[in-house]
Amino acid sequence: MRYSGFRVIREALTGHRGWGPAWRDVAPQPAYDYVIIGGGGHGLATAYYLAREFGEARIAVVEKGWIGGGNVGRNTTIIRSNYMLDGNEPFYEFSLKLWEGLEQELNYNAMVSQRGILNLIHSDAQRDAFVRRGNAMILNGADAELLSTEQIVARYPFLNTDDARFPIKGGLAQHRGGTVRHDAVAWGYARAADRRGVDIIQNCEVTGFRIENGRCTGVETSRGFIGARKVGACVAGSSSRLMARAGMRLPIESHVLQAFVSEGLKPVLPGVITFGAGHFYCSQSDKGGLVFGGDIDGYNSYAQRGNLPVVEDVCEGGMAIFPMLGRARILRMWGGIMDMSMDGSPIIDRTHVDGLYFNGGWCYGGFKATPASGFAYAHLLATGQPHPTAAAYRFDRFATGRMIDEKGMGNQPNLH
Amino acid sequence: MLIDHPLLGPRDAAEFVYKGDAALIHRPDGLAEGALDAFIEYGYLRDNPAGAHRELWFHEQGDRSWLVVTRDTVTHEITQVEMARDVARREGRSR
Repeated sequence: MRYSGFRVIREALTGHRGWGPAWRDVAPQPAYDYVIIGGGGHGLATAYYLAREFGEARIAVVEKGWIGGGNVGRNTTIIRSNYMLDGNEPFYEFSLKLWEGLEQELNYNAMVSQRGILNLIHSDAQRDAFVRRGNAMILNGADAELLSTEQIVARYPFLNTDDARFPIKGGLAQHRGGTVRHDAVAWGYARAADRRGVDIIQNCEVTGFRIENGRCTGVETSRGFIGARKVGACVAGSSSRLMARAGMRLPIESHVLQAFVSEGLKPVLPGVITFGAGHFYCSQSDKGGLVFGGDIDGYNSYAQRGNLPVVEDVCEGGMAIFPMLGRARILRMWGGIMDMSMDGSPIIDRTHVDGLYFNGGWCYGGFKATPASGFAYAHLLATGQPHPTAAAYRFDRFATGRMIDEKGMGNQPNLH
Repeated sequence: MLIDHPLLGPRDAAEFVYKGDAALIHRPDGLAEGALDAFIEYGYLRDNPAGAHRELWFHEQGDRSWLVVTRDTVTHEITQVEMARDVARREGRSR
């Protein structure tokens, strides 16, 4: 069924009895051409682009729980392409362009809202760094604009520009950045993939890989063996646990990142703003809650919940730039598990096992990458060659010294 | 989280800096055969288990000692805290 305004009216007049399930509930077939492990945003996007771009094939997505129940439903929903390094910026700009056409393409309202993202500047050195980054963005076809404090105050009059310790000296804006309804991304890709014949198999945990003579021939699951010509792992957060079953150790640590939402408020925050002197980012959801977050907790964790020192740190960051935040109460907070890689950048690559591919290491930047990650991974799975914008996301970059380290932190995952 | 420091008693984890897997105590021998591969593995690859994890914490805002903390990464429960010095000596490091 195609969704449209006409359809909504017709269903409203006929008691909403015509809506069917958005995707089929299927049992696994004995074998597929491609099996994608992980029914999150990236896995579902991969299946969709495989089906759309790379011909007719039998494709399955296997998911341990329910689709969209992991990090795609746990993030702060921000999209942007304000990176600096050559290995990153073309990829994230490709992703932003895919976001811009996503809803029409999927025939699904993902509430893509290009309300703009603003990175605040608090010192002269930071302005120099942001100007450089803005220029790198423009060179890669993205948009960037350096704003004065006056321009910022015109849009965000409530910001604390005269703070004694962290005065706001300007900002780097990307007007095409914004937010997306995160759950709808998973559901939209799932529905669109299903309409192209992809089998989405939920409650099906991968318990091992069948590897014969150095070649992966399928996956062992809680619902039996599923044969596959090619297997794509796409389970950021749990990558190390899954790939250990194929005998791999990864350049990844799992860390918990917390996020917060305030009680619902009238519209106060028109775009996304980030604090440049600490780590704090905030937007307002269409429901009215202020959605915000900050640093990861900083120690290995699979707990999907964090500790209080980071709560304090995040709230201090928020209070430093807009003190009115203190009048709102925090309604909910939660944690998600991040694949923190050794240079802060992701991996989309083949592995030492033929037919087994890997997508992970997204740190806490995976959501904005969803469309391009799916597209690039589908390209790699189908052609055996990396997509041009994702060619730098290799496993061997750590051995060859080609790290993509935006923050220059080195091999300390909790600092990226 | 509270870390039960062997010398100082229970301390807030916020006083500490987290380094990572306690296997980092065993730095490879740079002059040995295959040192390059050993260093790539040492520098970049991690076990990253879900469950018991031995890890290095530095008491930066305390007595500046290094500790080996055994902590469950699924529950955050800390089951053992030792001085990293003692662990290193026990595991054959002389320095």
